[in-house]
Amino acid sequence: MPDASGRGAKNGTRKLRDLPKLDRLSDTRDVLAHAAKDARRLKDYIIIDVDAHVTELAFWAEINELIDSDVYRHIAHEMRQRPGTPALMNLQTGLTYQGLAGRIPHDDGPRETVTEKGVHPQVVITRRAMDSMGIDYMVVFPTPMLQLGMHPQPDVEIELSHAYNRWMTEKILPQDKRMKALVYLPFCDAGECERAVKEFGNKPGVIGFTVCSTRYKPVHHNSYMRLYSMIQEMGKPLAFHAGYHWGDPAMMQINRFIGMHALSFVQFNMLHVTNWVLNGMPERFPKLNTMWVESGLAWVTFLMQRLDSEYLMRSSEAPLLKRLPSDYIRDMYFTTQPLETSNLKLTEATFDAVNANTQLLYSSDWPHWDFNPPNSIADLPFLSEQSKRNILGLNAARLFKMEVPKKKLAQPPMNGAAG
Amino acid sequence: MSEIQIGDLKAFPDGDYRIVDVDGLEVGIFRRGKDFYAYENRCPHYGGPVCQGKILNRVEENLGPDKASRGLRFAAEEHIICPWHGVEFDLKTGRNRGFARYRLRPIPVKVRSGTVYLDIPG
Repeated sequence: MPDASGRGAKNGTRKLRDLPKLDRLSDTRDVLAHAAKDARRLKDYIIIDVDAHVTELAFWAEINELIDSDVYRHIAHEMRQRPGTPALMNLQTGLTYQGLAGRIPHDDGPRETVTEKGVHPQVVITRRAMDSMGIDYMVVFPTPMLQLGMHPQPDVEIELSHAYNRWMTEKILPQDKRMKALVYLPFCDAGECERAVKEFGNKPGVIGFTVCSTRYKPVHHNSYMRLYSMIQEMGKPLAFHAGYHWGDPAMMQINRFIGMHALSFVQFNMLHVTNWVLNGMPERFPKLNTMWVESGLAWVTFLMQRLDSEYLMRSSEAPLLKRLPSDYIRDMYFTTQPLETSNLKLTEATFDAVNANTQLLYSSDWPHWDFNPPNSIADLPFLSEQSKRNILGLNAARLFKMEVPKKKLAQPPMNGAAG
Repeated sequence: MSEIQIGDLKAFPDGDYRIVDVDGLEVGIFRRGKDFYAYENRCPHYGGPVCQGKILNRVEENLGPDKASRGLRFAAEEHIICPWHGVEFDLKTGRNRGFARYRLRPIPVKVRSGTVYLDIPG
């Protein structure tokens, strides 16, 4: 018979076990225990998650201490003495809404206990997520630093991005070969981006470059051409990771986070893809692969149709193009999250339009509030078995030139944090 | 159906809830006074642990007679909120308010002689 807690007790031949309530302190393995069950179902799929996140503010002092400039390092140190102040950051309205007023506690983390010695806590927490979701490789991006493109001080983006790249390549990536990262490019300054490419582009675990694209910088500006040439020559992809900006004059008309979040990510991806295509960047840099991150997919088919319609009438304004805009977009890479599935016929048509079988890459966005576990792809009824494998991992392995392991690296725990 | 003895009524404080795993079937059991509600701990959205999160009252918009908004407030109904993504379900019906297809799977629960039982399929 079970005791009052029922923990581990037996009722006849039945085994009873109490499960924990989940809160901000919960272990990632408990939060993702259901994902681990699903992961065991996908045990022969190689899964590469091309967009997950570290929570850099939890280790902000470490990163601040890697700032090159002694002046900004001093400013950051002094700012940290003010309780609750993430030094130098331009945190905007919105980030604190992500956890939905406590409804989604893991978004407010990480606050879980890490007792492992000799391993960075961020690595421990990321391993827990990878194993729980059955993810073999996880590509990690920053979280609030995604908004640094809106910082009024270019110097701060340059200093913080350099410190972050050092932190990632010196303290995180060397500890786990399953974690991968893209070099943060301080896009406020093309020359500094080039310096970042040279300094970090060939570090172990670095598989590409990223522009945190929540910013008002035209991607086709002449100042970036040498940067794109360098990246093309290296043979690694360039990612544009969107984000939101509630302070944008258009977005300031929206009074709820849900509306702003739904539109603002897409706004930046659409702006930059439009500039990228109409200014003929795919013709100028035909071997430079681009990956457009985190806006779902529905916007892509809108943009393809819209640009095609206008191009047919106004091709003189996009003279570098030799094909329809949608043809160039179909050659780009896109990430799945946050996947729109309320109308599966539209989802299927979208997958077809973007050549999902070869161009679509699974992304979880873990640990953010709208994350997608791997079953978001594995359970889609219209995908072939091979397409599922491609989207969940093989497309990413090809794009990032990663060796496909012969057997799964992830080991989903059977029983949450208990093992 | 198999009737499974879960525990003494005293282990279920009024207004609280417990989540139990019975041979792999996870069930959230919610007590409100003399009434009990039980649902499978699996969210129809992405399979999240729906019963292991918070219980909060439904949020409603307070409209004046002129249809102007007077702000947000909590309504009387309680919602079970999936901690993975925040999907909400009425605690007494298991239904999602905006999307009829989203509904928690109810599990029969009863109290007899001071003991709580679940009727488990199979």
